[in-house]
Amino acid sequence: MSNIKKAFENGKAFIPFITCGDPTLDTTKQAVIQMVQAGADLIELGIPFSDPTAEGPVIQEANIRALKNKITTDDVFAMVKELRQTVTIPLVFMTYANVVFSYGAERFMKNCQEVGIDGIILPDIPFEEKEEFDAVCKQYDVDLISMIAPTSEERITMIAKEANGFVYCVSSLGVTGVRSNITTDIGAMVKKVKEVNDIPCAVGFGISTPEQAEKMAKQADGVIVGSAIVKLCAAHGKAAPAEIAKYVKEMKEACLRA
Amino acid sequence: MSKGRFGIHGGQYIPETLMNAMLELEEAYKKYKDDPEFNKELETMLNEYAGRPSRLYYAEHMTKDLGGPKIYLKREDLNHTGAHKINNVIGQMLLAKRMGKTRVIAETGAGQHGVATATVAAMMGMECEIFMGKEDCERQALNVYRMRLLGAKVHPVESGTATLKDAVSETFREWTARIEDTHYVLGSVMGPYPFPTIVRDFQAVISKEIKQQVLEKEGRLPDAVLACVGGGSNAIGAFYNFIEDKGVRLIGCEAAGRGIDTFETAATINTGKLGIFHGMKSYFCQDEYGQIAPVYSISAGLDYPGIGPEHAYLHDIGRAEYVAVTDDEAVEAFEYLSRIEGIIPAIESAHAVAHAMKMAKTMSKDEIMVINISGRGDKDCAAIARYRGEDLYE
Repeated sequence: MSNIKKAFENGKAFIPFITCGDPTLDTTKQAVIQMVQAGADLIELGIPFSDPTAEGPVIQEANIRALKNKITTDDVFAMVKELRQTVTIPLVFMTYANVVFSYGAERFMKNCQEVGIDGIILPDIPFEEKEEFDAVCKQYDVDLISMIAPTSEERITMIAKEANGFVYCVSSLGVTGVRSNITTDIGAMVKKVKEVNDIPCAVGFGISTPEQAEKMAKQADGVIVGSAIVKLCAAHGKAAPAEIAKYVKEMKEACLRA
Repeated sequence: MSKGRFGIHGGQYIPETLMNAMLELEEAYKKYKDDPEFNKELETMLNEYAGRPSRLYYAEHMTKDLGGPKIYLKREDLNHTGAHKINNVIGQMLLAKRMGKTRVIAETGAGQHGVATATVAAMMGMECEIFMGKEDCERQALNVYRMRLLGAKVHPVESGTATLKDAVSETFREWTARIEDTHYVLGSVMGPYPFPTIVRDFQAVISKEIKQQVLEKEGRLPDAVLACVGGGSNAIGAFYNFIEDKGVRLIGCEAAGRGIDTFETAATINTGKLGIFHGMKSYFCQDEYGQIAPVYSISAGLDYPGIGPEHAYLHDIGRAEYVAVTDDEAVEAFEYLSRIEGIIPAIESAHAVAHAMKMAKTMSKDEIMVINISGRGDKDCAAIARYRGEDLYE
């Protein structure tokens, strides 16, 4: 059992995502520290991958920028280790199966445990393929986060039953990125999860404004925002952490209004 | 282990959003693959529309010139749209129609699969959108025009290396956004299950015909079957009905680009390692941290960092051999076959011809070799001319 449930103990959770090494690992580190101060309850750290098939253009470009800077999985582990000297909120990785597989799932999860990573999100690992990774995750107390989508329907029960940490509710069809309108009935998805597992549910994909965050937080236990934060990294570069902190504070307040 | 495995390879490594679409496709395929009415319609379209069966041509001049085995060319280049791709497209489109889909999307490398998809979509009255790497759009401008002429919308893909792998990623992204009315006509024996199985079955008509034709002409099976391999659809099609015939050597010819000892290569089996990408576990060209390599080949259709899971398995168990052929060798073979047999092969297929030229020297006159000419080379003429330092204006 990991730390993750603590993220849901301060009212509705706000969960920001950031791509590690965009534009530098030091900027990412500063951004994480400032996001924690601004009220982030859990942070998703993206390990860059060359071909992030679940991402829209904003996060794709962040991955490319990070890889251009030659950021490696080992660099990210080293950064987390340093962060853990001050940061105590739950941290999860978000990356793609091949990053973990090529590193060696066992070696990867062992490192996660050592540096203090609480969970991992692998968008290209659906329920049917999870065993290969989940067995190792469990061995090292890393929660493999399950995702449910608007198309999941009757699959939700099966997925929720075996979910750990929190359930990532994908708000819309398509890839990550800012959307003006979210039409999925998130409340109904969350209800199906809770019927079989008392586990926190956080909504992600397409959320960028405080209004959306408040609306989504009313229907779930937390809100995940990626592209809107990555956009700040793209626009402000090394000066991004302060801008991100302002944004996170606003979004956490919106979550608390829900 | 999950569904759709070939040894340790294959599987369904895709976002949850697509899982129900995958299950729906699997169900539809299981329902129709042995359905007499479906198969009758498929056969009629393959014969009447695509022009099957394709010829097995005895390449007498090449045979004499090389002084080795009797060489036969399986003429997939004579199919409607000029390549083997249409075999799979017709099958998947008939399936998509039965699934109630009204719109199809597809990736394309050289443009052959895109053209085939746009063609059958035009004929069946379906909406069609094709994703093609921006670099490939430039390399294969004629095929881009063809697709537009056929009524398809072509999206140049600028992400990543702007080639086939990025076109595949972008088509998957598009499918995640619009599933209800849309089928993804995947063009090779790759991606998540059930695609590698479905595409193989629709391409297996190639080896089914080769077997019948060679038995008619020679009264026995060939000693070797050669085909080029990118994702591997024409190769698996040419191999499939011979897998159980252990006396038939199966040889896949990968694109070595500028050489397997350089970074400018797309030879997956020869330079890649086990990984998970584009929905499947298989071999991929990648760096030590699992970042997919920016591969290179003169051939847009073989310029892909992975290989279909069934090929990975045939390699593991030693049933098929995978060799690497450089740009230079392929271009020479492209010119050779044009001159000696009056057949201009696709630059992809020229990779198989190139290896056949080397291999023929090691075989005896009483042996038989079949080369799958997966497509015709008209689309490549401008690029090969450029390669030889000549600028063509079409």
